[in-house]
Amino acid sequence: MKLSRRDFIKANAATAAAAAAGIALPGVSSANAAEDGIRWDKGVCRFCGTGCGVLLGVKGGQMVATQGDPDAPVNKGLNCIKGYFLSKIMYGADRLTKPLLRGKGGKFDKASNEWSEISWDQAYDIMAEKWKAAIDPNDPKGATKVGMFGSGQWTIWEGYAASKFMKAGLRSNNIDPNARHCMASAVGAFMRAFGIDEPMGCYDDLEHADAFVLWGANMAEMHPILWSRLTDTRLTKKGCEVHVLSTFEHRSFELADNGMIFTPQTDLAIANYIANYILTNNAQSDDFLSKHVNLTKTVTDIGYGLRPEHPLEKAKTGKGGKLTKITMAEYKEAVSKYTLEYTTKLSGVPAAQLERLAKVYADPKKKVMSLWTMGMNQHTRGVWINGLVYNIHLMMGKISEPGNGPFSLTGQPSACGTAREVGTFAHRLPADLVVKNKAHRAAAEKIWKVPVGVIPPKPGYHAVLHHRMLKDGKLNAYWVMCTNNMQAAPNMNEEGLPGYRNPKNFIVVSDPYFTVTAQAADLVLPTAMWMEKEGAYGNAERRTQFWRQQVKPQGESKSDIMQLVEFSKRFKLSDVWSKENIAASGYPADKSLYEVLFANGQVDKFPKQDIVDGSGNKYDNEEMDKFGFYLQKGMYEEYRRFQFEGPKPGHEMADFDTYHKVRGQRWPVIDGKETLWRFREGYDPHVKKGEGVKFYGKPDGKANIIFAPYEPAAESPDKDFPYWLSTGRVLEHWHTGSMTNRVPELHRAYPNAKLYMHPDDAKAQGFKRGDAVKLSTRRGELETRVETRGRNKPPKGLVYIPFFDAGQLVNKLTLDATDPLSKETDYKKCACKVEKA
Amino acid sequence: MTVVTNHRLGEDALKEKGWFGSHKWLILRRVSQIFFLSLFFVGPLTGFWLVKGNLAGSLTLDFLPLTDPLMLVQSFFAGHSIATDALIGAAIVIVAYALLGGRTYCSWVCPINVVTDASNWLRQRMGLKGGVQLSRKARYWVLAMCVVASAATGAIVWEMVNPITILQRGLIFGVGFAWAVVLAVFLFDLFVSRRGWCSHLCPVGAFYSLIGLLSLTRVSAVRRSACNNCMDCYAVCPEPQVISPALKGEEKEVGPIILSSDCTNCGRCIDVCAPDVFEFTNRFNGEVEPSAPALKEAA
Amino acid sequence: MSKSIPSRAQGSGSSRRQFLADSARTACGVGVFGLGLGLYANSAKSKPATALRPPGAGLEKDFLGSCIRCGLCVRDCPWGTLRLSELGDDVSVGTPYFVAREVPCEMCDDIPCVPACPTGALDQALTNIDDARMGLAVLIDQEACLNFLGLRCDVCYRVCPVIDKAITLERLHNFRTNKHTMFIPTVHSDHCTGCGKCERSCVLPTAAIRVLPHKLAKGKIGEHYRLGWKEKEKKGEALVKGIVDTPDRLPSTLPNGVGGGGQ
Repeated sequence: MKLSRRDFIKANAATAAAAAAGIALPGVSSANAAEDGIRWDKGVCRFCGTGCGVLLGVKGGQMVATQGDPDAPVNKGLNCIKGYFLSKIMYGADRLTKPLLRGKGGKFDKASNEWSEISWDQAYDIMAEKWKAAIDPNDPKGATKVGMFGSGQWTIWEGYAASKFMKAGLRSNNIDPNARHCMASAVGAFMRAFGIDEPMGCYDDLEHADAFVLWGANMAEMHPILWSRLTDTRLTKKGCEVHVLSTFEHRSFELADNGMIFTPQTDLAIANYIANYILTNNAQSDDFLSKHVNLTKTVTDIGYGLRPEHPLEKAKTGKGGKLTKITMAEYKEAVSKYTLEYTTKLSGVPAAQLERLAKVYADPKKKVMSLWTMGMNQHTRGVWINGLVYNIHLMMGKISEPGNGPFSLTGQPSACGTAREVGTFAHRLPADLVVKNKAHRAAAEKIWKVPVGVIPPKPGYHAVLHHRMLKDGKLNAYWVMCTNNMQAAPNMNEEGLPGYRNPKNFIVVSDPYFTVTAQAADLVLPTAMWMEKEGAYGNAERRTQFWRQQVKPQGESKSDIMQLVEFSKRFKLSDVWSKENIAASGYPADKSLYEVLFANGQVDKFPKQDIVDGSGNKYDNEEMDKFGFYLQKGMYEEYRRFQFEGPKPGHEMADFDTYHKVRGQRWPVIDGKETLWRFREGYDPHVKKGEGVKFYGKPDGKANIIFAPYEPAAESPDKDFPYWLSTGRVLEHWHTGSMTNRVPELHRAYPNAKLYMHPDDAKAQGFKRGDAVKLSTRRGELETRVETRGRNKPPKGLVYIPFFDAGQLVNKLTLDATDPLSKETDYKKCACKVEKA
Repeated sequence: MTVVTNHRLGEDALKEKGWFGSHKWLILRRVSQIFFLSLFFVGPLTGFWLVKGNLAGSLTLDFLPLTDPLMLVQSFFAGHSIATDALIGAAIVIVAYALLGGRTYCSWVCPINVVTDASNWLRQRMGLKGGVQLSRKARYWVLAMCVVASAATGAIVWEMVNPITILQRGLIFGVGFAWAVVLAVFLFDLFVSRRGWCSHLCPVGAFYSLIGLLSLTRVSAVRRSACNNCMDCYAVCPEPQVISPALKGEEKEVGPIILSSDCTNCGRCIDVCAPDVFEFTNRFNGEVEPSAPALKEAA
Repeated sequence: MSKSIPSRAQGSGSSRRQFLADSARTACGVGVFGLGLGLYANSAKSKPATALRPPGAGLEKDFLGSCIRCGLCVRDCPWGTLRLSELGDDVSVGTPYFVAREVPCEMCDDIPCVPACPTGALDQALTNIDDARMGLAVLIDQEACLNFLGLRCDVCYRVCPVIDKAITLERLHNFRTNKHTMFIPTVHSDHCTGCGKCERSCVLPTAAIRVLPHKLAKGKIGEHYRLGWKEKEKKGEALVKGIVDTPDRLPSTLPNGVGGGGQ
């Protein structure tokens, strides 16, 4: 393989610079001159999981302006600075417009550093060739050598189409979304505690709560608009308190009444201390506990999700997440270890502050909202710590009512709507169904009109396994859509890059831009993004929001869903299903997957129509033009059958046309009404009169308190690597920066990643602020600059670096230690050192 | 003062000494001027900071500070206390030029000299005559005015218009409209006043004249008895008034050393003199070579 | 061979009268020139330079009297922030300055530009960059500032190296949405160094926050008035002793603690 790691890094650093250099913005200047020519339609912001409503201004076929939707309940016309620049994100000067194949003259050459433009037909041809070579239709385990990596930025129907194509079409469960890096721990914990995914509350809690506790979330930067709502409650409500827990001081500490910096991983102990405090002070709600809660404990010492040969995996004594029922006495005994003294010593948080935090939860009169994002999810005990926080809420009965509840914030615009609700995970099917469950598979197979036995029963490879299996040569045809996983996935040097560049593998990347991931691929497909297609996102508060296609895709780019559906035409059933499957289906063996999955009399039942808004403006729909039917509507309405006909109720959504008329609705939507607080009578239609509270995700209607102990991190600082390395984001950039770094103003506001370090640590090592340094871990190194001032103030012994900068690939350094339950990587803790460059 | 000769300037020297012999000091001076300018470019171009700064103040090899003393005088009168670094730098400059000849700065270092020499050359080629007659004392007035104005305004006044530093700084740090100032000086010398700038107005030159009042390095008309009165030295000299006392001083029993501090030690008189009357020496070497065959032709 | 040397060259030929006239002419000429130059210098000095000076530069008028325009500070600036003004720039020619919107000061720990100065035009006593006062950030256009409109930009705040001291976000209830807070960037002159990072980073096409020389940026409260609450805080007690507060008459039905006994 000729493309050396060094070439690759160099190439992507250059791209990062080039990307930042320019942006082509036709038409924008004229927008100010004549407002009246602009057509406005509603949409939703492309960035985080907040789901701010925006209005999109189109003129002359270009998006020339945007505005916050003044009537959108989430943001009331406001935006953060990323949202302010929405109109520019589609117009980076380096938009991809044609499929690119690695190799000269349109001939694929894995070792080449050159790219040639090819046609879409050629692209599908070579993909079909590679996919068919990797698929054995008669393998009882299904197609384990093909895989797809998807996205919480996919529209709902894109995720749904991908899941259906992979699981029912190719018979492969090797599809996982980037939400695995982001929300998997929250999902796992919701499922374990409540039997149904996603928060019970909604953003209205932000106005109702008396106290807020941030457990590892820098909302001030990562959820700017929600933070302004939280702040407003703090500002206007007497006695309102804000508690912030983090491993370093960040912007949310500015508002904190009680800002606590804890030693990484000791949040497990802190949560147990609070439970202990509540129980020792007999503050728990015995009534709630007896009626609505089961007490359990989880298996311990379960390892760190590393490769099996890793010493840490060999040393573990437990496995999995089996729950055992325990008594109250046993629970009390379990948490009794977490005394104030012990927890203070372990966490480094002063006793008075811990006690103040515990008191807020223990005060029955204070409504508490717990909020978290990656601090708790990207954690080798992510499911545990999520659960430990639910424990506190369940113990006090502070849940499922206005102002009281645990609330996991999402980082992607449709982590909930697409990745979680549609079930694009390796183990999931739509609407909370799982592949392991035969009845669930059967329900899916019935709705999808495929014979029983098509969906493989074994969960596929999850995100981190994707890279390991690529490297090991067990996953050979791989498609990455709508995400920049080479930059975002952990341990790039040891897993991701060798996996992509393994000569046995063929990697396809669909992206609007030539991202780091695209640069490592073999075939790059130019992709229509955001408002270049009709779409739908589901935000963190279960709000589903639709938009119409506003502008034409650029060049030859096609939406992800069009790529998927077109590609399905390349497969006959005999290419992908076993003889038994085909026989059971009654379909002819040469029937195409397209006809089975999409043009199946169900998805294609909505004919071509004019798409018109309330003012009579007409909108394009490329997919409708291409396939001759209303693909998005067909996909959505089929997906909706899972919500009403599937074995797990509670996910009901409104019909397709309704969503084009409303500013989103929070599911379950029943009788045209949305649900703000789930599981509580009067708010949730699934809770009958007289039931009060019912956690109906569980067969007995009771939620689980799950005891889990403190266990250390996978890798802690030592003599050779004396610092904790924590990674994350900054407000100005979104994730890997592939969109925001193409907005010159945002690039200027935060051009390059830098290493936040305690001034004393810097001084002790002889670094001046701004010095170039080499940051390294056992897995790799990068050059950056020291920052001892500014927005983040790490404690001594910890450094923080954002990962948006393609010129500083932070995930060369991170460890691919994951939560063995959620398979989500801990990006917040590994050991590093810093040296003069 | 305009000296007109009926032959081409330097024709005899050219015949007698060859092209190189009759341009030796001119070439050396140009080399020197380029050398001093280029010192400042080593850093920006190569990253090796041989000399940082410019003619107003510089730091060589991060060790040797040099400061324009006139700048400090103005700064002092502007009411600013002078920092030690700057004083040391200025002292070094003063001592150096006291030895080398004060106005050696003008002809061997100053980049404007190239401009005014070029202007003068063109003026002669075009046969331009006349123009405004300025007093050679004017520069001392200007110098005094700079000091007074600095004291009055609290600013280093001359630096706001000084074409020398504007040009040199412009070349090193970025040109801006520096070219306009240079052009102005060029045109002034060409059309308005012959050698008007360097020899009549420039207070920097005047200041270096003062530094060089007792300077060691001097030109001597050592073979003045050999002078054939071709007048080329007068024609070529930017400060011809300095020549007569030495060259024609024999009768008045004045020594052959050009003692006037207006002399810029440019050496052009040595170049253009066919009988090699002049040479560089020190101010105490009053010797005259009597043996040279004299070819006296009175004017 | 002939020569023509003008009469002045022969010195003795000029009459005393001629000499006096010439001298007077020269003196007048130079005097007029000097007057012009002085006025120019004065106007340059009194003109509030919109350009920002390196750290430790002090008042503009002192700086113009001490800076010899050598550019040594420029050469020692590791970030390419400082430049020397060129003729035609709106800054006294040859003096060092920076344009915050283009390359702001990175506030180096060791402030290399200051020791580079040979004349003390940059105050050699400045060793802590936090003490530098290159200018003062001013949120110059509240109408355009996105945060004043309720958006969450606050880029200027987050890029500030002296964050939470030099710029704070003052929180105001957003009465339009009635559930959001407006975060108002507020500059504090006792901490702002004038480094210009805020102006550089402002995402607007024309920056709403700009760094100005103190002379332009600062107002002054009259010395005849003191801020009562600050004076009290400074002293730790009331400035006037022995003043009592008497109870109010209130209906006895009111719950405890409502009204009365004001402090």
